[in-house]
Amino acid sequence: MKTIQSIFLALLVSFIFFSCDNDSDDPIIIDENPLAEFNLLTNIKANDHTIEVYSEQEQYTIGYNEFFFRIKDNVTGSYIADATISMNPIMHMTSMMHSCPKSEITKTTDATVYKGFSVFQMPGNTDEYWDLNLEYSFNGQTFDASERIEVKSPTDDKKRVNVFTGTDEARYVLAMMPMEPKVAINDFSAMLFKMENMMTFPAVEGYTVSIDPRMPGMGNHSSPNNEDLTFDASSNMYNGKLSLTMTGYWKINLKVMNTSGDVLKGEDITDENESSSLFFEMEF
Amino acid sequence: MKIFDKTCTPSNRWSLHILCYLTVMVFFAHQWNGSAQELKVDVTTDSILPINLQEVILISNYKKALEHQLHQKPLATLGTYLEASKKVNMIKRGAYAWEPVLNDMSTERLSVTIDGMRIFGACTDRMDPITSYVDVSNLSDIHVASGQQGAQHGAVIGGAIDLRLEKGNFKPEDWVGSVETGFESNNAARIVGAELNYSNNAFYVDTDIIYRKAENYVAGGGEEVNFSQFEKYNLSLNGGYKLNDDQKLVASFIYDEARDVGYPALPMDVSLARAFIGSVSFVQTKFLGSFTNWETKLYANTITHIMDDSQRPDVPIRMDMPGWSDTYGYFSQAKLSLDKHQFLIKFDGFYNRSLAEMTMFPNDPNERDMFMLTWPDVRTLNNGVYGEDVIKLKEASLKISGRLAWQSFNVADEFGLNSLKIFYPEMEQRQNRLLKSVAAQYHTKLNLLHFTTGLSYGDRAPTVSEGFGFYLFNSFDNHDYIGDPDIENERAIEVNAETKIKTEKLEVGLSGNFFHTMDYIIGEINPDLSVMTIGAEGVKVYQNLEYANLYNITLDTKFKVDEQWTWSGQLSYHRGRDQDGRNLPFISPLAYRSTLQYNSKKFTGSITMNGAADQVNFNPEFGEDRTDAFTVFSAAFGTSFNLNKGGIYVKAGVENLFDTFYSTYTDWNNIPRMGRNIFMTVSYAIN
Ligand SMILES: [Cu+2]
Ligand SMILES: [Cu+2]
Repeated sequence: MKTIQSIFLALLVSFIFFSCDNDSDDPIIIDENPLAEFNLLTNIKANDHTIEVYSEQEQYTIGYNEFFFRIKDNVTGSYIADATISMNPIMHMTSMMHSCPKSEITKTTDATVYKGFSVFQMPGNTDEYWDLNLEYSFNGQTFDASERIEVKSPTDDKKRVNVFTGTDEARYVLAMMPMEPKVAINDFSAMLFKMENMMTFPAVEGYTVSIDPRMPGMGNHSSPNNEDLTFDASSNMYNGKLSLTMTGYWKINLKVMNTSGDVLKGEDITDENESSSLFFEMEF
Repeated sequence: MKIFDKTCTPSNRWSLHILCYLTVMVFFAHQWNGSAQELKVDVTTDSILPINLQEVILISNYKKALEHQLHQKPLATLGTYLEASKKVNMIKRGAYAWEPVLNDMSTERLSVTIDGMRIFGACTDRMDPITSYVDVSNLSDIHVASGQQGAQHGAVIGGAIDLRLEKGNFKPEDWVGSVETGFESNNAARIVGAELNYSNNAFYVDTDIIYRKAENYVAGGGEEVNFSQFEKYNLSLNGGYKLNDDQKLVASFIYDEARDVGYPALPMDVSLARAFIGSVSFVQTKFLGSFTNWETKLYANTITHIMDDSQRPDVPIRMDMPGWSDTYGYFSQAKLSLDKHQFLIKFDGFYNRSLAEMTMFPNDPNERDMFMLTWPDVRTLNNGVYGEDVIKLKEASLKISGRLAWQSFNVADEFGLNSLKIFYPEMEQRQNRLLKSVAAQYHTKLNLLHFTTGLSYGDRAPTVSEGFGFYLFNSFDNHDYIGDPDIENERAIEVNAETKIKTEKLEVGLSGNFFHTMDYIIGEINPDLSVMTIGAEGVKVYQNLEYANLYNITLDTKFKVDEQWTWSGQLSYHRGRDQDGRNLPFISPLAYRSTLQYNSKKFTGSITMNGAADQVNFNPEFGEDRTDAFTVFSAAFGTSFNLNKGGIYVKAGVENLFDTFYSTYTDWNNIPRMGRNIFMTVSYAIN
């Protein structure tokens, strides 16, 4: 009786083991690219490394771009974990050079994947172009890498970034956060940066961005229950609610107000004035 | 007089056609052995005093081979039949698909059923009242019940209209057929109908088909009303099978299709309105001992309504607005007679799915289509029980009735639910409502004097539009409408009374009813909302008024001059106001009708005058303006003759004799009514 029991137990245990084994064997998680669902925009080859730049988008687009980076050691073929990276895109224009608003690059839950964003103000052209400059260090060594990138207008040509001079004479960059618009009350966010000089674009805190969505194709009608965007310190973003009552082309008219409520840019929509000088667009 | 003198109508050409029709029909002559018996209008001949608040509009009588003769205009649309009734008015948006109004209340406050089956229109703009999905060819009569007397069919405030299908009766009549054809000069309406019935002791089948086609009509004075054309056909089949002396199975099927229906009062037309309506019933005469007339019915219907503006030359933006409505339902009812009591108990339920879309095509072809759900796939489930007891008293009777129903709504489409949540972020996807109705009706008789009075309470849930409508454009008040899912049920207390003197020769009745409706549902302007429809003035949201009061008073007289001549007259006054004394929309001004009728074996004829006083109590907030007084005259003449054993019945007449230009308070956006119209129908019976 005892033996039967132990045999049975052994069988059971081995079965469980076997099945566990099977489980962990099947998907090759270790080797799978954690960024497989994103688009590989660039491979920057430098210093025996390949820096892979991924994005949700299929191209470098003017406006907000979120990037994911991986650094591959070309010798060992493995990806480098726990590196420190910083990014500085520079646009080379015929008369000058400038950078754009960008974030620090941080680690993600996967130690070999890093992420950050930049907001390109304008697309490149035949004479003017963007360079993506990266500085990265690990194991006490620091490297530089640079690659010319092609920043394009969005494929749908809809406006998602505004560069403007406010009534305070300062230059600002206002970028819409990516979203999937729905016929609903949508979460809606934007980022606002001040251009201190050609290279520095700190985020602006405590302003207000009022929104007035309109459908120019349908008598410029609006929608109810929108919420203006207010600053949220934890995300460093301006968050609000955008309600869209139908699919189609919407123009989100904007006004930017500083901390004392002065309008820096943008106009109200009236019967005479169909559009603000500051706006985002979307079509779905 | 210049009847045929109009230059802008095709009437000249068509009056020739009338003659052709006639000739052809005469040629067709075959056999005739049916005797044209007179129709009995009096259908309430029970042993106990009837609680007579029902009006029965007779459409055809199965026993007659030749149908529809009773009506002044036999092959008129169903709307015309209803309009000729005392209680029902029709809201008109064109020449077709009129919306019935009873006690100054329309679709949302009424139950309109076909043989007790619930059906819900698929149009967000009310272009397809249920009455547009049947035709006179397949109906025997229409029962109109006022107020809570209509609660047998559902939760109502204003009343119920039950359209009863014509059915066979297991008489050994073998094959019976008839052909009917009609023509109207004003809009060149051509009507062809045919009927073929078979019946024996155990089985019957009735088939009807009718086809109508009409061009634009011409208003009084000669102005053509564009987009008033229509074309429709209706096919119906019903059959019965006797299982034994006590049990039978009955099934019915209706297919109705209208195409190219113009709505001159609206900015859009209908390219297709189609209904499939089917039912199966089981009827047993005796049931559970002393119960009788046990009837159980299962039914289903599906409606497709395709609305577009493709025919309109000039619109700010092109749009398509299709809608669908499917309903599945059942009821089971039985009667029980006990001593002085006559009970009726009925269990019923339905499940409806209403979905409507709107796609707008931008003028810039590079832009994407704009899409929204105007009815967000609302699933309505209703289960209820109705009971009544008619108690026989000495020289009097009392009817007590009540309904209790449970109704739930489910917004099934996520897109639609999210759309509504723009307005109501907190709204629930599902909701339940309890609906109640109680009524007492008393009738007593003192010699020649009949006196009826009643008191009742009833409520109703909001309609799909009132609860869940999303930017429904109302061209009458030029506003977009938004539903409110959290709107309260509408509740009404109703009082009615009627006094009637009835002698052989003379009948005079004075009747009135009063509705005190609490939480009356109506759209009110919300100035904060931006219009969706180009050119609309504003947005209204359905709301509950504190209350509204409606009353209707009717004086009804009938005088039998002699065997052949009858005069009847009717005068009615209506008023509707809310708690602040504001006038409610679509309330009739003082209206009158007078008819002189001649009826003999061979000939029938009538002259009718009807009209209304100035509409003094109107409300511009609801898009109304003062409708002027009018009086119009109509005349009809009918005769039947035997030809070579075939029976032919011919009826001709003139409506709006003096070609008066007028519109009434029920004419949407004041579209003028039809000018002078000469009609003729020829019916031929084959036996
Ligand atoms: Cu629109
Ligand atoms: Cu419609």
